[in-house]
Amino acid sequence: MDEVKVIEIKKSVFAENEQDANNLRQELKDKGVFLLNLMSAPGSGKTSTLIQLINRIKGKTRVAVMEADIDSDVDAVKIKEKTGVPSIQLHTGGMCHLDAEMTRQGLDNVNLDEVDLVVLENVGNLVCPAEFDTGATCNAMILSVPEGDDKPLKYPLMFTVCDLVIINKMDVVPYFDFDLERCKKYIHLRNPQAQIIPVSAKTGHGIDHLVEWLLKQLP
Amino acid sequence: MHELGIVFYIIRDVKKAAEENHVNHVDAVVMDIGEVSTVVPHLLTDCWRWAADKEELLKGCELKVNTIPAVTWCDDCKREYETVKHGRTCPHCNSENTWLLRGNEVEIREIQVETHS
Ligand SMILES: Nc1nc2c(ncn2[C@@H]2O[C@H](COP(=O)(O)OP(=O)(O)OP(=O)(O)O)[C@@H](O)[C@H]2O)c(=O)[nH]1
Ligand SMILES: [Mg+2]
Ligand SMILES: [Zn+2]
Ligand SMILES: [Zn+2]
Repeated sequence: MDEVKVIEIKKSVFAENEQDANNLRQELKDKGVFLLNLMSAPGSGKTSTLIQLINRIKGKTRVAVMEADIDSDVDAVKIKEKTGVPSIQLHTGGMCHLDAEMTRQGLDNVNLDEVDLVVLENVGNLVCPAEFDTGATCNAMILSVPEGDDKPLKYPLMFTVCDLVIINKMDVVPYFDFDLERCKKYIHLRNPQAQIIPVSAKTGHGIDHLVEWLLKQLP
Repeated sequence: MHELGIVFYIIRDVKKAAEENHVNHVDAVVMDIGEVSTVVPHLLTDCWRWAADKEELLKGCELKVNTIPAVTWCDDCKREYETVKHGRTCPHCNSENTWLLRGNEVEIREIQVETHS
């Protein structure tokens, strides 16, 4: 006779990735490398902000960039052209996020002995990247003005996991119903510790604050 | 898609459990999915069908989803309430000093295998 046997597992599907991520974080720390995971919705200005940031910081620290895209390498090429720092492309194979293992595979292509700061531009998406720990030293996200000041209420997890929230496209505030103080309040409801830095990647306004903050975090 | 990444994690964990228990075919996997976990059950089962059938171990294996209702705790009035209905604000005392107690799970509860005796 056939019988059904039940094998109890009771394990979060994220448990193994979290372990992986913690190991990677420790390895990077031992090597003295700071990994910044930059997330946002598509088009919030990750690449534009990175170009501004890197051009101001590259004389002070050694930088490399990893660009995660579902299926293209335009951002990696743009970063290399506009900043001159090494940039590599990671293909996620249709996946909407990166996990620790994919991040590690990307880092295998970066010479970690020759960099202090690696920036990972994650896939444009406010949901999935927040769920999957990449092993980054620091999580940052960009919220751009046209998206609205209530995004922290709608995507709480993303704001909870980020140490830094960059508010981009501040140059267009006059055209939108965006209240910076209200936005800060909503972010701090989710994450009282979050650092908030308003910038415009177009005009360069506020980028110096970003540079200053980031240099302070580096080992 | 989010659910596909999760399906790959489930397959990895189930394969490991099957190996440890010397099982060569799994008939069902039971998941505990919290109401506010951001996982959409029907997308999860669609991705599962597509990916599981590519594995000898999981051909035809059913993914059963058990939904865990989300419950929030209010730290001010020390009571619980339904998260999906009321969100972050406590319906008893209007406080926002509230914490999700459960409803965020994406867990493999058990796997079911047929034994021939
Ligand atoms: N007005 C204004 N436009 C901006 C600013 N920053 C970026 N943009 C524009 O927004 C668009 C998207 O910018 P990207 O830097 O490519 O955004 P991204 O987040 O890297 O986009 P994906 O990688 O596709 O998710 C471009 O047309 C930019 O020129 C800003 O500060 N102000
Ligand atoms: Mg980009
Ligand atoms: Zn997704
Ligand atoms: Zn209450």
